[in-house]
Amino acid sequence: MVSQRRDAAIVGIYEYPLRKAPGVTPLQIKAECAARALEDAGLSWKDVDGLYDAQDGAGMAGLGLAEYFGFKPNVIDTTAVGGSSYEFHASHAKRDIAAGKCKVALLTYGSTAASDMRRIGTGGMGGLGAASPLSNMQDPWGMTLIANYAMVAHRHMHQYGTTSEQLAAISVATRAHAMRNPEAVQAMTDLLFENIREITVEDVLGSRIIADPLHLLECCMVSDGGGAVVIASPEVARDTKHKPVWIIGSGEATKYAENGSDITVSAAAQSGPVAFAEAGVTPQEIDIAMIYDSFTITVLCMLEDLGFCKKGEGGPFVAGERLHYKSPLKPVINTDGGGLSSNHPGMRGLFLLLEAARQLRGQSTSQVEGARLAVAHGNGGMLATSHTGGTIILARD
Amino acid sequence: MARPQPRFPEPDTQPFWDATKEHKLMYQVDPKTGDVIFFPRRHSPYTGSSDLEWRESKGVGTVYTYSVVRLNRHPAFAPLGPYAVAYVDLDEGFRILTNVLGVADPVNDVKIGMRVRLQWEDQESGYSLPVFVPA
Repeated sequence: MVSQRRDAAIVGIYEYPLRKAPGVTPLQIKAECAARALEDAGLSWKDVDGLYDAQDGAGMAGLGLAEYFGFKPNVIDTTAVGGSSYEFHASHAKRDIAAGKCKVALLTYGSTAASDMRRIGTGGMGGLGAASPLSNMQDPWGMTLIANYAMVAHRHMHQYGTTSEQLAAISVATRAHAMRNPEAVQAMTDLLFENIREITVEDVLGSRIIADPLHLLECCMVSDGGGAVVIASPEVARDTKHKPVWIIGSGEATKYAENGSDITVSAAAQSGPVAFAEAGVTPQEIDIAMIYDSFTITVLCMLEDLGFCKKGEGGPFVAGERLHYKSPLKPVINTDGGGLSSNHPGMRGLFLLLEAARQLRGQSTSQVEGARLAVAHGNGGMLATSHTGGTIILARD
Repeated sequence: MARPQPRFPEPDTQPFWDATKEHKLMYQVDPKTGDVIFFPRRHSPYTGSSDLEWRESKGVGTVYTYSVVRLNRHPAFAPLGPYAVAYVDLDEGFRILTNVLGVADPVNDVKIGMRVRLQWEDQESGYSLPVFVPA
């Protein structure tokens, strides 16, 4: 492997174990996860000097979060770009640590989307929030969030001949991983999933269509949950409990609907090459790809855009058991069970970092032997309209 | 219950919506560069210029992509049954989010690449929604 800059490492991780957590608030989940992730690192509450927040803690988001936690950080970053916010935070934390602005950066996430009965995918849009040019040009036509992603799937099928059978392979691999993860099985149990077992392509195609061409089993769950990540300087990382998971590359991008643009190309096509160039590695070297699986089509487009296969060849690429953790081919994806079958409280990006770090530590429930390099790619916003992409490349020593 | 309506004050899209009351589908161009601008706003996203011109579309275009919504819990849409949301590329070069109506079965009758033409759905708010039907 080429020598990379090793300016910052993930040293502490924690995933809130419950996906149905009535009676707690997002802020409480964030604080509990912060404490546990610091314990995991062997650091203490007072060590935190950088605070990164996607403004998910209602009432005390961003500005208020330092006070709620009781921190006096030297860096406060409130980047809120949807589900990829945590990849942006990891990128910024690395930059801030390298610049000497902070030494111990804390990222937290908390959500009670399931207990709040938030209809994220099928609630329809409109009439909420401030009026904007975008809301005025989108709300009246009844595009749900799922239909938004489904429009990308239809176009991908049209341009490249991609099939629902191929997309279903993503759900199948992810569920197989979930069945090995006790917290994911508990999640599906608590969220009243039917048929909590490994699934087949036929199961996916037999599930009802929510927005053509996406079936129920191609859509992520809506859960409660949260987690925390501690990122530290090399000096701090040297004395933490676990082997550091180095952040060796990062990229950030946004993409939005434009006249004549290709809707099948996501922001990953911009953020990915930047991250890989910085890391000095190629997609073909990556062992673990943690890709934001809000829907099957999200994963397919991002595998292509990150360079794991050519644009348009994602369908044949994901077919069969290639993505399964036992596959001899790289990379395997979403070994925790993903948003499809383990954890999706609305903004999944933090969990991508958590599971990538677990893999590089050797702690996954679907551990890939000898995993050395991982990519976490988060997607925020909505794929067909406006979205963000955050790519983080991670390496163990 | 009515579908969500455009909300104002929101000066970027106000002229677009005002024109819908006369069943005119308006878009903007930058006369210096020929850039076509949509969604409407006061500046060009290509150059920053605010010297833009409004033009009326002939209302003919092609379905770029679509999805048929089977489940929308918003009360205005719940009773519709399956309906198609789509991006339509107008012949003048702009892409609009819209609905494709006028087909017996949206699941099988709406196709990417099909030619469509503009139709108006008047709203109680006084504005009218541009939607499309097979050309």
